[in-house]
Amino acid sequence: MAHGPQAGLKRWLYTTNHKDIGTLYLWFSFAMFFLGGCMALVIRAELFEPGLQIVQPEFFNQMTTMHGLIMVFGAVMPAFVGLANWMIPMMIGAPDMALPRMNNWSFWILPFGFAMLASTLFMEGGAPNFGWTFYAPLSTEYAPPSVTFFIFSVHILGASSIMGAINIIATILNMRAPGMTLMKMPLFVWTWLITAYLLIAVMPVLAGVVTMMLMDIHFGTSFFSAAGGGDPVLFQHVFWFFGHPEVYIMILPAFGIISAIIPTFARKPLFGYSSMVYATAAIAFLSLIVWAHHMFTVGMPIAGELFFMYATMLISVPTGVKIFNWVSTMFRGSMTFETPMLFAIAFIILFAIGGFSGLMLAIAPADFQYHDTYFVVAHFHYVLVPGAIFSITAAVYYWLPKWTGNMYNETMGKVHFWLAFIGLNLTFFPMHFVGLAGMPRRIPDYALQFADFNQMASIGAFLFGAAQVVFLFNVVRTVMGGKKATEQVWDNPQGLEWTVPSPAPYHTFSTPPVVR
Amino acid sequence: MRISKNSKVTAKLLALAASMLVFAIFVMPPLYDAFCEITGLNGKTGGRYEAVPAAIDTSRSITVQFVASNNDNMPWKFSPSVMSIEVHPGEIMDTVFLAFNPTKVDMIGQAIPSLVPFKAAQYFHKTECFCFNQQKLKAGEKAELPLRFIVDPDIPKNVKTITLSYTLFDVTERISKNVDKNNTKSAREG
Repeated sequence: MAHGPQAGLKRWLYTTNHKDIGTLYLWFSFAMFFLGGCMALVIRAELFEPGLQIVQPEFFNQMTTMHGLIMVFGAVMPAFVGLANWMIPMMIGAPDMALPRMNNWSFWILPFGFAMLASTLFMEGGAPNFGWTFYAPLSTEYAPPSVTFFIFSVHILGASSIMGAINIIATILNMRAPGMTLMKMPLFVWTWLITAYLLIAVMPVLAGVVTMMLMDIHFGTSFFSAAGGGDPVLFQHVFWFFGHPEVYIMILPAFGIISAIIPTFARKPLFGYSSMVYATAAIAFLSLIVWAHHMFTVGMPIAGELFFMYATMLISVPTGVKIFNWVSTMFRGSMTFETPMLFAIAFIILFAIGGFSGLMLAIAPADFQYHDTYFVVAHFHYVLVPGAIFSITAAVYYWLPKWTGNMYNETMGKVHFWLAFIGLNLTFFPMHFVGLAGMPRRIPDYALQFADFNQMASIGAFLFGAAQVVFLFNVVRTVMGGKKATEQVWDNPQGLEWTVPSPAPYHTFSTPPVVR
Repeated sequence: MRISKNSKVTAKLLALAASMLVFAIFVMPPLYDAFCEITGLNGKTGGRYEAVPAAIDTSRSITVQFVASNNDNMPWKFSPSVMSIEVHPGEIMDTVFLAFNPTKVDMIGQAIPSLVPFKAAQYFHKTECFCFNQQKLKAGEKAELPLRFIVDPDIPKNVKTITLSYTLFDVTERISKNVDKNNTKSAREG
């Protein structure tokens, strides 16, 4: 039983260990985060001044498209799956994931999918340039030839996500230690259970929509071609039927992470545990019926606009419950502000700002003004960067001592936080203003009056990028060595993962723990 | 014991994923089409209508405007013969659109109708329309494309003007590709 990992590269290729696969996912997503980040910096460098300086418009469009695709499918989603792999078995007292071989496979097809996607940058005609939402007919009749590679790579990413989700559900349903009832599970496990169901519900729809594109491009069907009796608006409906739950796939696990970190550093149990569970389920359900709020301007009947507007606004109720619970957990707690806590508190504040701009966008008549402007860019970056990215960062700082057995450098962590916090707000807050003033998104050049705010945003973006280099350096240094971490790491944190030694041994809970 | 439990969950979830794929490709598009047809959403008008004798409502008249436009690189000249017609609901009307292929190659066009206001779409019946078929025009050929329609007497009272627009698409390549495919298929079978 006490055997360790294989030596060398084979360990990583053949591994079925949930900790190894979690590590692979996390490093892979870190690499993709830097790749997508470099593309964002190309965009911001070009937008530093009006006019065309650095890149041509064609390449600019490829950058916005690839940045979106890589960040969504390469950075955020694999990072959450990596955290799930590492933490869920340890949190529920299981020895490993339920389906370890499929776990290996679901990770190892990812690098091939992304290699295929990235290779389009070097193809004749260039990489996909139609935006990460790939609206038809832009992505069918007018697409570069590389679109076929894009379609296959989306198939691969979708297959990987579906397998990952099946694995997580099977683990949570079948592998819990005796006494670990559903309502005793940590919220990270709960949010991932619900997220995994969302993934299984909508990733096949994404696979379906790209398959329909493939048929339209190569096999003479006309799902989205008006000339053959199809309808491009159908594309938007099918895409957003996937796309809206997708944004909750990228935020629900974050809710779970924040619900783990806030109680530890406030030294109080989480306020309103069961309401958190129900709120998560409510958000997941609502996310499936609000997709058309992304397309208020396509010409829907008034009843449709009203339905999607009110249903969207309804989501702010369960989300508000969550924010209330986190704030109540902190209320009169003995708070300390280590790096994970700083990121968690910033998450709450900045995610709430993103939620409010989301409410503004949900107002159908007002959306006609905001649609496709930088206001939308500001909104979704405020929910995704402080939402998904900050929560993943907080999780890494929170659990890194458990993974490596070493404490990270707290000062460097705080430098990372403040650089990232200032950089992020400097980048995305001015985008609200240029958006309201009418600057459209996805353009390489803009009118002179937007220059000041765009310069601020570009400076902020480079600051944010520099902060991530500090992060990388801190993580690498912690992996290499440092002050030894105790078993508990923090001051009396709750959860089974803190009962195993630091670093967590290769095999944990081979005999299930007793949960009272 | 545990393995069979995991396999059961896996099989169920895979079935769910597969059914969502089928839902996306085979259910959502027809569902959307049906939804649009019922609500008149996107101004989609129905197919061929079998005229039933209906009383002509001479108490009011509706202006039907015609718009013709070309999609993308379609080089044909395409226009309505008259810009608008006054009709009484229930009355059968005829008009023609003019098409001319100024190029030196034979081409095939397909017109796609759309109608505003959307709520009038289900009250606008076409008993004969060139949009039901593809139009083949030889190089330099001209044609009059017929349209016969009836505005349903049940049309809401507040609709005074209907705009019917046709967009003409070049489907030469699409059709010839399919014809080639069918030819090779029949050749193989023959």
